[in-house]
Amino acid sequence: MNSTLRRIGVAVAAPLLAIAIAVVLTSIVLLALGNAVGPVWQVFLSTPMQGVAEAIVNDAAVLYLSGIAVAIGFRMNLFNIGVDGQYRVAAFAAALFAGQGWLPGFLNVIGALVLAMLVGAAWAGIIAVLKVTRGVSEVISSIMLNSIATGVVSWLLFKVADKQEGSNATNTKNIPESSHVPALAQTATGQIFGLTILAVLVGIAYWYVINHTRFGFDLRATGSSESAAVASGVSVKKMTITAMLLSGAVAGLVGMPQLFGQDFNYGSNSQTGLGFAGIAVALIGRNHPIGIGFGALLWAYLNGQSNALQINAGVNASLVNIIQGVMVLAVVIAYELVRRWDKRIEARRVAAELAAGKTAGATA
Amino acid sequence: MCVIDTTDTPEAPTGVSGIAVADVTAPPSGALAVDLDGITKRFPGVVANKDLHLQVARGTIHAIVGENGAGKSTLMKILYGVQKPDEGTIRINGDEVSFSSPKDAIKAGVGMVFQHFMLADNLTVLENVVLGAEKLHGIGSKARDEIKRISDAYGLDVRPEMMVADLGVGARQRVEILKVLYRGAKILILDEPTAVLVPQEVDELFGNLKEMKSEGLTVLFISHKLDEVRGVADDITVIRRGTTIDRVKSSSVTSKQLAELMVGSQLPTPETQESTVTDRVVMQITDVTLADPAGGPALLSDLDLTIHAGEVLGIAGVEGNGQAELVETILGMRRADAGTVVVENDDITAWPTRRIRENGIGYIPEDRHRHALLLGAPLWENRMLGHQRQEPASKGWRLTPKAAKDDTQRIVEAYDVRTPSIDVTAGSLSGGNQQKLIFGREMSHAPRVLVAAHPTRGVDVGAQSAIWDHIKDARREGLAVLLISADLDELIGLSDTIRVILRGKLSGEFDPKTVTAEQLGAAMTGANTPENATTVDAQEEAAR
Ligand SMILES: Nc1ncnc2c1ncn2[C@@H]1O[C@H](COP(=O)(O)OP(=O)(O)OP(=O)(O)O)[C@@H](O)[C@H]1O
Ligand SMILES: [Mg+2]
Repeated sequence: MNSTLRRIGVAVAAPLLAIAIAVVLTSIVLLALGNAVGPVWQVFLSTPMQGVAEAIVNDAAVLYLSGIAVAIGFRMNLFNIGVDGQYRVAAFAAALFAGQGWLPGFLNVIGALVLAMLVGAAWAGIIAVLKVTRGVSEVISSIMLNSIATGVVSWLLFKVADKQEGSNATNTKNIPESSHVPALAQTATGQIFGLTILAVLVGIAYWYVINHTRFGFDLRATGSSESAAVASGVSVKKMTITAMLLSGAVAGLVGMPQLFGQDFNYGSNSQTGLGFAGIAVALIGRNHPIGIGFGALLWAYLNGQSNALQINAGVNASLVNIIQGVMVLAVVIAYELVRRWDKRIEARRVAAELAAGKTAGATA
Repeated sequence: MCVIDTTDTPEAPTGVSGIAVADVTAPPSGALAVDLDGITKRFPGVVANKDLHLQVARGTIHAIVGENGAGKSTLMKILYGVQKPDEGTIRINGDEVSFSSPKDAIKAGVGMVFQHFMLADNLTVLENVVLGAEKLHGIGSKARDEIKRISDAYGLDVRPEMMVADLGVGARQRVEILKVLYRGAKILILDEPTAVLVPQEVDELFGNLKEMKSEGLTVLFISHKLDEVRGVADDITVIRRGTTIDRVKSSSVTSKQLAELMVGSQLPTPETQESTVTDRVVMQITDVTLADPAGGPALLSDLDLTIHAGEVLGIAGVEGNGQAELVETILGMRRADAGTVVVENDDITAWPTRRIRENGIGYIPEDRHRHALLLGAPLWENRMLGHQRQEPASKGWRLTPKAAKDDTQRIVEAYDVRTPSIDVTAGSLSGGNQQKLIFGREMSHAPRVLVAAHPTRGVDVGAQSAIWDHIKDARREGLAVLLISADLDELIGLSDTIRVILRGKLSGEFDPKTVTAEQLGAAMTGANTPENATTVDAQEEAAR
């Protein structure tokens, strides 16, 4: 059908336009700061340096998980800023557990994954319970729980740290070799973590649950009109709790690919800030499973190229942060522009059909 | 009631029943306040306005009538700058204008009151009025004086220091009108202003409008109630399928002729019918009390109500006297502080909303936008809403979109929902067509009890009689209906029993066959103080 084609066109046009807007705005910033614009974009368009391509894929997978975790909340107007805290607490717990090697080989991995999801869900559950029983805004409680997560994890880390001679790193005990997850792909310069597959699985599950299940319907209904959802029999309290738990469970997986693919322990050097990037990725992707994938790749690509920026264009790597920030703004603008443009095309089509003497009037 | 003319020719443009066919493009006498010429507006899949003409003489009241989806609201939104026409010109007081937002329209002296009021509950009248117009008269005593001045000039009876939350529907509407006048509007547009009002309030509103007219203001309003239209308007423009069909002097047409112009069929007339009331009790409400969480007088006090199979129980009352609370208590959205609600053998008092709706309680809420629709979702998803766990929406935990779509198509056809397709969003349907969809959805699940608040609000005369017929058919099959309505014709024509709700209390029973509008009106406003003075007993007494 023609309308399907147009929908795809619209879906593709918006992100492309967003990129274009971001490029223009960033160029203006560069010019204003007296930097050469050409070399910067050249760097972004050049093939990633050695090993960077693999890092981009790994990074994207993790950002995707984080983006989905945020999107689950967004779908019912819950602003889960707490993904950051949730994934760190979960990663710590999973690493601690897996490090003990209580379970053999792959079972150990499964156990750790389940534990990570449970811990992430539990940490998010605190937010949900506060909201449902005390009416505390999830924004406030999740920000506070992020700080608490930082404190609790570093305190516990200090307590259980696997002290090694000659190193001042604090981290959990290393996961036994038998429980390392083999790479999905091994290249000369790096690897793609085995557990990046989680991103694909979670993406499919998200798409299916949101669009094809009763639960997904209730979630979307609550997000688009709480009053109508209540009248239709949805218990908003129950939905808030369930959505928050699910969001937290997915957040719990964010740290896993890195943990089982490369770090093998959780410590003070483990990656942070993924939860906040997830918010941006979900915004860029408009909570759509494919859109979030696109957002995650874009975000990871910009991250990946930022080192080259310093070396090859002589521009501070933090320019990437500006571009990323501008991206999020540009997305908002682009979607609005594309929406209007789409409407105009539609109106023109109707006019053309009328002129051609096809059916007219409000009835069809 | 029935629609007599079944051999209608809906395409026949004008001239039904020998009404003089006016040339719609010829200017009426007097200077024109509004002159819309050749307006065309297209939406995806639909032409809402097609080469439309509208001319309104200054200092007159002008009504716009037409079927659901005819394009009335769209035309008014164009005149108010909410929407831009694809083609055509707008002239205000002779000058051609182009509005890109309501701000421009207000500058040109055009103001609009929407059907859905847009007042902030927790602010005072004064604050609501000055919000966004602080530059005009400030926010202090000057503003207060101006509000008083306008209120007195048109008899609006608006008190600036009242909280909006404490106001009834009629008063809220007057605040909305005042808000528009405060901003300097000389041309006032009202979209279905009377749909939410009871007859007394309608009379008051029309009094206000006449006052405005005598002060030289121009009023445009949309209504489906043709008797009212003829009572207050000077001229009437009839729109059908997006084009102007006719402009008539209200003194020269009958409501019947108007209806024929609109839809090509005749006005439904109430018609007494064989009673289908049985003695099987379907819904029994006993001593239901609902306290006011804010500590005021009880919202519902000791309410008793019985509905039998095959019975329509009508509840009359000025809006805000507990109707919404009663409905929400039955549906489990509020919890009664005392009392029980029993449907057949089920005590549903403590059931969650979902269980209630799935167990045969159909629900038509009074505010369709807030409670019955997801405006941004397609029609077929709205078909699922409220019945998510039932077929055809789902099987087990899986949605079944295919079945839902098929059933939506069926509803669209059976209930004459005018839409280009079932994939458009519910928000893009005209008000009346949204209502038809909701009604169709609820009836599709063969309810035991139908709780219907204003089931035909915003619905045109043709569709209204169709909905009434559907209710009657279902009643014959044993459906019990709780009908809440502001439309006395509907109450009297449909109900087997009428009761009046006033400040959370129910009166005794009225017999719709003998009760008069005056008696109901008096009971609704509490004019006859000794309670239940005009109930069945009193009626019998009076008859003696
Ligand atoms: N925002 C919109 N997007 C798409 N279609 C729309 C939109 N607004 C109105 N329409 C379509 O335009 C037509 C006219 O709608 P409009 O609301 O003007 O009707 P109306 O005469 O006010 O009807 P009613 O008496 O039911 O309120 C309808 O077919 C409706 O579906
Ligand atoms: Mg309308």
